[in-house]
Amino acid sequence: MIKIDNLTKHFGQFTAVNGLSFTVAPGEVLGFLGPNGAGKSTTMKMITGFLAPSLGKVTVFGEDAIEQPLKTKRLIGYLPEGAPSYGDMTPKQFLRFIGQVRGFSGAELNSRVAQVIDSLHLENVLDQPIETLSKGFKRRVGLAQAIIHDPKVLILDEPTDGLDPNQKQEVRNLIANLSKDKIVIVSTHILEEVSAVCTRAIIIAGGRILADGTPTELEARSRYHGAVRLLLENASGAEQKIAALPQVAKVEQESGYLVAIPSGEENLYQPIHQLITDQGWQIKEMNIERGRLDEVFRSITQEVA
Amino acid sequence: MGSLAVIFKRELASYFATPLAYVFIVIFLMLAGSFAFFFGGFFQNGQADLRSFFNFHPWLYLFLVPALSMGLWAEERKSGTLELLMTLPISLRDMVLGKFLAAWVFTGIALALTCPIWITVNYLGDPDNGVIVASYIGSWFMAGGLLAVGSCISACTKNQVIAFIITVVVSFLMMMSGLDIVLGWMPNWFADWAIDSIAALSFLSHFQSISKGVLDLRDVFYFLILIVGWLMATAIVIDMKKAN
Repeated sequence: MIKIDNLTKHFGQFTAVNGLSFTVAPGEVLGFLGPNGAGKSTTMKMITGFLAPSLGKVTVFGEDAIEQPLKTKRLIGYLPEGAPSYGDMTPKQFLRFIGQVRGFSGAELNSRVAQVIDSLHLENVLDQPIETLSKGFKRRVGLAQAIIHDPKVLILDEPTDGLDPNQKQEVRNLIANLSKDKIVIVSTHILEEVSAVCTRAIIIAGGRILADGTPTELEARSRYHGAVRLLLENASGAEQKIAALPQVAKVEQESGYLVAIPSGEENLYQPIHQLITDQGWQIKEMNIERGRLDEVFRSITQEVA
Repeated sequence: MGSLAVIFKRELASYFATPLAYVFIVIFLMLAGSFAFFFGGFFQNGQADLRSFFNFHPWLYLFLVPALSMGLWAEERKSGTLELLMTLPISLRDMVLGKFLAAWVFTGIALALTCPIWITVNYLGDPDNGVIVASYIGSWFMAGGLLAVGSCISACTKNQVIAFIITVVVSFLMMMSGLDIVLGWMPNWFADWAIDSIAALSFLSHFQSISKGVLDLRDVFYFLILIVGWLMATAIVIDMKKAN
């Protein structure tokens, strides 16, 4: 359990994080969302004990992160933004170094290193200096370093930033496969990632929490939640006729598609389908939207900016 | 293995993983040797001692040690590994000490590699080896003092060039503080005891008294206190300046 209570960080006059409070329970994968400069990284730096908060308290499994920094650091695996590592070392040397710092030696160290090499597919680059590796491999070395001690808490600052789609998928699979009793906090500004891996999302901007819920709950806040997206043929005047339905608030055109936005909670599928059958239009495509996270994200964060 | 030892090992190995170690050692040996022979008049003196060799160590260290210390923390800050290091379960003390000791042992290795010149004087004559041992110890402690100064200055910036230049200047002042070039700058209203204390802080006078063969504990303490003081300052600077 991570408990964050009224966490605040000032840099001079600037308030980067402003009274954040939330708790995360084991098994949760928390997505930390927010525009650049929202305070995501600063919050993570305070949880991991790199920065001291100006105010407030962080408790990790009962240990106070400020009073007991070494104890909490042992519980946490952390991938800092940009996955920094020692460029002149090879992944093997680097992972052995981190393993030793984490207190492993002998056979245990060997097996831990072998295990993370295996799970992040680093076999082919083991003996190349890290500075010569591609961005994707550097990121994987950083992830390997974070999970080598099988931490109870994993904090990843933009783990998929700069990776290609295949590599992104691999990182997401890795997060999804972590055992279910861990706490994972991932910061990102890639919204699809949140729906893909997170069980909960917190949107912050200006150092404050603006929304906190499951990805589904957040999507439901979208005005597109429950909207019907249509591609019709032989349907002259469809836009006006659909818009005239009482359950429809508005119809938007989107690259050939019509998107009917609901006016209330009522299901749009039935009335629209009825209308189409009555009019004898042909359906090429028709689906109901879950809502758009990016739209929710924009509308929430722009209110602050 | 304690985290101090792990840090120490990594740091020491990192010197040898890059050309830095080899460049440093080769340049140090070449300069130390040629200064002793050409400027120090090693042969012309007609004496079996290494004074002409050790006399130039402060001036060699003035440029070579800052080159070694400039990257200690500035590089970690620049590459972002400081954040990684500081979120691992290592105490700040172990980090500062581990890095310093690695650099200090490294200068010890470079110093030990000058032993052929020691063998040479023993072959040519009958030197006072006690004085030579004391000089080696004094030289090594002086390198340690300069490294501790450099460690603190390196912690202040992420720019290695700035760290290098400032370390050279500060080291120069500390070395010369017993001489008129620095004391002449002191305003007249400075009390005599203040000027005396500044003069007493000189690297050079403590090194010279050790290298005369008198291994006075006070001189050794001087360097140890200097090292401990600057390393504590390093830890404070790192702790205060983590964010930027």
